[in-house]
Amino acid sequence: MSQSLNLPGWVFWLLGLMLLGMVLLALVAVRRTNGIKRSYFSAPYTLWMVLFTVVPVLLIAYYSLTDANGAFTLDNFKNFWDSNYSVNQLYAQMGPEYAVLIQRGTVNIGILAYSLWMALLCTVICLALGYPAAYFMADREIKIGSTLVVLFIIPMWMNFLLRTVAWMTLLEDQGLINGLLKALGLHGAQLMYNDGAVLLGMVYNFLPFMVFPIYTSLTKMDSRLLEAAQDLGADHLRTFWRVTAPLSVPGVISGISMVFMPSVTTFFIPRILGGGNTMMFGDLIENRFLTEGNWNVGSALSLIMMILILISLSVLRKADPEGEGGGIV
Amino acid sequence: MRKNLIRTLVLLMVLCLPLAGLAENAVNVYNWEDYISQETLDMFTAETGITVNMMNFTTNEDMLVKVRNSPSSFDVVFPSDYCIERMIAEDLIAPIDFANVPNMQYIDPNLLKPTYDPTGEYSVPYMWGTVGILYNKTMVDGPVTSWSVLFDTKYKNNVFMIDSIRDCLGVTLMYLGYSMNTRDPLELNAAKQLLIQQKKDGIVKAYQVDETKDKMVAGEAALALVWSGDAQYAIDLNPDLAYVVPDEGSNIWVDGMVIPKAAKNKENAEKFIDFMCRPDIAQLNCEEIWYSSPNTAAIQLMGEDYIGNLTMNPSQEIIDRCEFFMDIQDFIQIYNAMWLDIKSA
Repeated sequence: MSQSLNLPGWVFWLLGLMLLGMVLLALVAVRRTNGIKRSYFSAPYTLWMVLFTVVPVLLIAYYSLTDANGAFTLDNFKNFWDSNYSVNQLYAQMGPEYAVLIQRGTVNIGILAYSLWMALLCTVICLALGYPAAYFMADREIKIGSTLVVLFIIPMWMNFLLRTVAWMTLLEDQGLINGLLKALGLHGAQLMYNDGAVLLGMVYNFLPFMVFPIYTSLTKMDSRLLEAAQDLGADHLRTFWRVTAPLSVPGVISGISMVFMPSVTTFFIPRILGGGNTMMFGDLIENRFLTEGNWNVGSALSLIMMILILISLSVLRKADPEGEGGGIV
Repeated sequence: MRKNLIRTLVLLMVLCLPLAGLAENAVNVYNWEDYISQETLDMFTAETGITVNMMNFTTNEDMLVKVRNSPSSFDVVFPSDYCIERMIAEDLIAPIDFANVPNMQYIDPNLLKPTYDPTGEYSVPYMWGTVGILYNKTMVDGPVTSWSVLFDTKYKNNVFMIDSIRDCLGVTLMYLGYSMNTRDPLELNAAKQLLIQQKKDGIVKAYQVDETKDKMVAGEAALALVWSGDAQYAIDLNPDLAYVVPDEGSNIWVDGMVIPKAAKNKENAEKFIDFMCRPDIAQLNCEEIWYSSPNTAAIQLMGEDYIGNLTMNPSQEIIDRCEFFMDIQDFIQIYNAMWLDIKSA
């Protein structure tokens, strides 16, 4: 029954052999070159990546292609497309009177579409708020710019769960904002337990990831270009559109990908600020793993998520082929 | 100066090593959130020298997955009745040596050989309780007697549900006149449709577990589906609140203490369980978390405060209309699928 014992023994042997092989390769390389080359310093990093990134991805692929007994199956992906795929088979076995229950389940597809939509909204709002913020912070004429940078960073020192829970005390019906509204003689509003609150939580948590790449690309910009544009007679607006904006594109691209990726896989925020009324793809994967204990379908969902993120990254990469925005994409 | 600092740090680290060794004499406890008094844990450590490593879970289902995947991480676990049944069936837990649990004598004899543990070898009851409706008398008209209030559009955006599969579907099944342990997908489907309707009508404010009690105290909603102990905790802090087990019947449950087969500190686990059955300790826990105690001696100690309280000490008539959850085995797949349909509706 234990899921973790599902892995056939050869997987562990293979892992051990891989590790041994890497150590041997390192030794051989040191011997051949009669000393330690600078590139060998990357070995611990490579080892780390293999152990904690490559191997887990392979494990996810393994689980997604097997059933609870470890036999090969594509059912997990069928369960993605039709979330009732497995239970429909049960209904069919139980007898004809249960045939009415057989229908395609749209849980996974629906939640995926909802997550993509929320992530898109979050990214657009972050860009709309983050670009001006970064622009002002990077402006040399604005003295408080560097103070603002610090103010943006300080909340990030706190755990994101804590920051999200703190929003609850602000937004509740009997919370601070509604208390203030009522004290002013206004009607309170329902601020929590809806999509808006979830979106607010996401924007709040991910905004710095949009601001900082843009800020970096703006501060890197050669200010003489702006002076040249003005010398040639361009007004402020024209300078912005023809010089500043194009030069900040790499930062924008990097910001978009850094906000979009965590947004799609958000979890916990919908449960806390949305009151569990909606689920995002991250919550769905968490539910499959932790509540249902169904690692196989959970892995299939994770794999699909990863593929979607890879596709969107490669699309974004086209817009910033040089990786100037910090090379995140 | 700096050298001294480094020396001090190294010395500190070396001194810590034997401490880390001492910590080996520990008991790893996997318990519900907010479900034990810290004072009793401190007393246990003071009296026995055994450190308690407390880990928490939110629902039985989460707990079960975790224990299946790393059974040796826990020495004592606090599952509910139907989960104990499941864990016995899956051979996850070991029989307890009652020679090491003399305080077992204080446990209500009616609870010693329950249906979920027919031989009574595997579990020791810790607390029991009911599932019911906690409501705010200033926000709800008249006394509540039926589950129907949870589906009444009059209370739009005013109901908290428990974010837990069996509890939510169970009371809805009961409301519809079915068993909470049904294995008929058609009955279950009817409950699902009702819960989806409840959500679509905007009646549900949130699905949550441990947050509900404090939010009810703050007056965030008129009605909430809760466990009896959470209800008593909230009523104690806000006298406008009341708790009722509806006439259609509800769930009655027992949370037991069990020892996983792969537990590393079985002896400490038995000491811990025995300690929790000591009347004064059972009393402290009961007065902290407000659930019903299976410990007859502790009830004597608490006296009228406990006996006269209908939430903690429900009448036989209330108990008679309640049903235990049973392990529904593989049928849980269908519950899971329907639950996801509800949550994502």
